[in-house]
Amino acid sequence: MIPFDYQRADRADGAVAAVGVRPAAAFLGGGTNLVDHLKLGVAEPELLVDVTRLPFDGIDTLPDGGVRVGATVRNSDLAAEAIVRQRYPVLSQALLSGASGQLRNLATTGGNLLQRTRCPYFQDVTTPCNKREPGQGCSARGGYTRYHAILGASEHCVATHPSDMAVALTALDATVHVTGPNGQRDIPVTELHRLPGDEPHRDTVLEHGDLITAVDLPELPMAARSRYRKVRDRASYAFALVSVAAALDVEDGTVREARIALGGVAHKPWRANTAEQALRGAPATEQSFREAAEAELAEAQPVRDNAFKVPMARNTLVATLRDLAGEEAR
Amino acid sequence: MRLSFTVNGRQCEADDVWEGESLLYVLRERLGLPGSKNACEQGECGSCTVYLDGVPACACLVAAGQAAGREVGTVEGLAEGDGLGAVQESFVEAGAVQCGFCTPGLLVATDDLVNRVPHPSDAEIRESLAGNLCRCTGYEKIMDAVRLAADRRASSEASRSGKTDA
Repeated sequence: MIPFDYQRADRADGAVAAVGVRPAAAFLGGGTNLVDHLKLGVAEPELLVDVTRLPFDGIDTLPDGGVRVGATVRNSDLAAEAIVRQRYPVLSQALLSGASGQLRNLATTGGNLLQRTRCPYFQDVTTPCNKREPGQGCSARGGYTRYHAILGASEHCVATHPSDMAVALTALDATVHVTGPNGQRDIPVTELHRLPGDEPHRDTVLEHGDLITAVDLPELPMAARSRYRKVRDRASYAFALVSVAAALDVEDGTVREARIALGGVAHKPWRANTAEQALRGAPATEQSFREAAEAELAEAQPVRDNAFKVPMARNTLVATLRDLAGEEAR
Repeated sequence: MRLSFTVNGRQCEADDVWEGESLLYVLRERLGLPGSKNACEQGECGSCTVYLDGVPACACLVAAGQAAGREVGTVEGLAEGDGLGAVQESFVEAGAVQCGFCTPGLLVATDDLVNRVPHPSDAEIRESLAGNLCRCTGYEKIMDAVRLAADRRASSEASRSGKTDA
C-alpha cells in the first residue's frame, strides 16, 4: 500500500473541491471496497477525503411521500429502518443479503452504489484488465467466468456489478443526488451505472469530483409488497450468482404493474423493462411469469462458465413473481 | 497526527499516527492490545472484529483518522477483571477454540449477538457469525459455545430482573 494523504471533510463543497482539483484523489466512505483496493494495488490515490462525517446520515420522509436516504447512512441502519422495512421491503432484504454484519455496519449508501466489480482479474494486478488499465485486454474473456455477465457485456469487459442494494434501488426507480465541481444534479439510478462498451474503466456516469449526497426513494405503494431473492454459492456472505428485486401489483388476477431488476447478470443492475412490459395486463400466472422472464433473457449471451445463469435467472424471476402473486392473493 | 479516541471505556491517545494506517494497527502496535487479530486484512475473515460506536466492524478496514473521537471496544474489553467474561468462558467450555486466530473476532461477534437477541435460533447464530471465518473447527463447537453464551446471558438477565426463564 502506497502512502497517501488523509483529510476529513466537514462540508460537501470542501470535499468536492479537495478531490476535484487532484486527479489522484478519491472520496473515502466505509472503506469496505476502497481499502481493499489500496492493499491490492488496484487503487493508488495520493489523497483520500473522508466523507463519512458529512451531515448526510438522515433518513427522512419527503413532502411528496418519498423517502430521502443520506449518502452516509450505514447499510445496516438503512436495512433496519422501520419505514424501509414497511414500505420498501425489497431494499431492506437486499441490504441484509449483502456482505456480513461487520461490513454492513461500515458500508455507506453512496459507497455501496460505487463499489467496483469483484471480477478476479480486475482485483489481480498481475492480470490484464481493461477496467483497471484501459487497453490491456480482458482476461475474463476465455478465462474463469462463473460470476460474469450474461447481458449487456462487450468484447472489452464481461464484469458484473456486485451491489445488492443497487438492484433494489433500480427496481424502485430511485434518484441519486450528486454534487460536483459543476454543481448539483439528480440522476435516475437506472442511468447511474453504465454498460461497459469500449470504456469499461467507467463504471458510472459520474465525473471526477462528483459526490453522492443522497438517494431518494419515490412514493410507490406497490413496493410494500416487494421482494429480493438472491442465489449464491453458499447460504450467506457471498456475491450473487443471480438476484431478483421485484414488486408486483395484481388486481383481479391481472398484473397492473411490475417492477423488476436483476443482479449478477450485467455490468449494471439490470432493469427488466422487457419483462415488465410483457407482464402489464397479463394474467398473474406462472405461464405469464415464465414468458416474461424468457423475453427478458432472449438476448442473453453467456460466456464459458456461466451458461447456467440463463435458466437460473429465469427460474429465480419466475419464483419471485410467483411468491409475490401468492402474497397478493392472501 | 495525535489520535484521541475511547478504547474499552478509557480515553486513549496515540502520537505520530498516520491517518491512513488501520485502526487494527493502532490497537495492536501502538496501544498494546494484540487481542484483535490481523489475518486477511480485507474485511473477509472477521478476525479483527471490534465494536465501533457500539456495533461490530472490521478494524482492518477503518483508517485511523476515521476512528478519531469514537468509541472502540476490543476483545480485551470482554474480560471481567482479571478473569474471563461469560462469552469467553463459553468458548473455553464448549471447546470452540483450536488454533485460536479467529476466536477474538468470534467473541466480539457473539457478544454482540447475545446482547441483541435473547434466544437466537441456529439460523440467527449462523447469519450473525457469517462474517467470521474459522478454518479449523467446522463451526460445530462454535455453535455450541454461542448457544451456551446465549443461555447464560438470558438467565443472568432473568435473575437480574427477578424473573425465572420459563
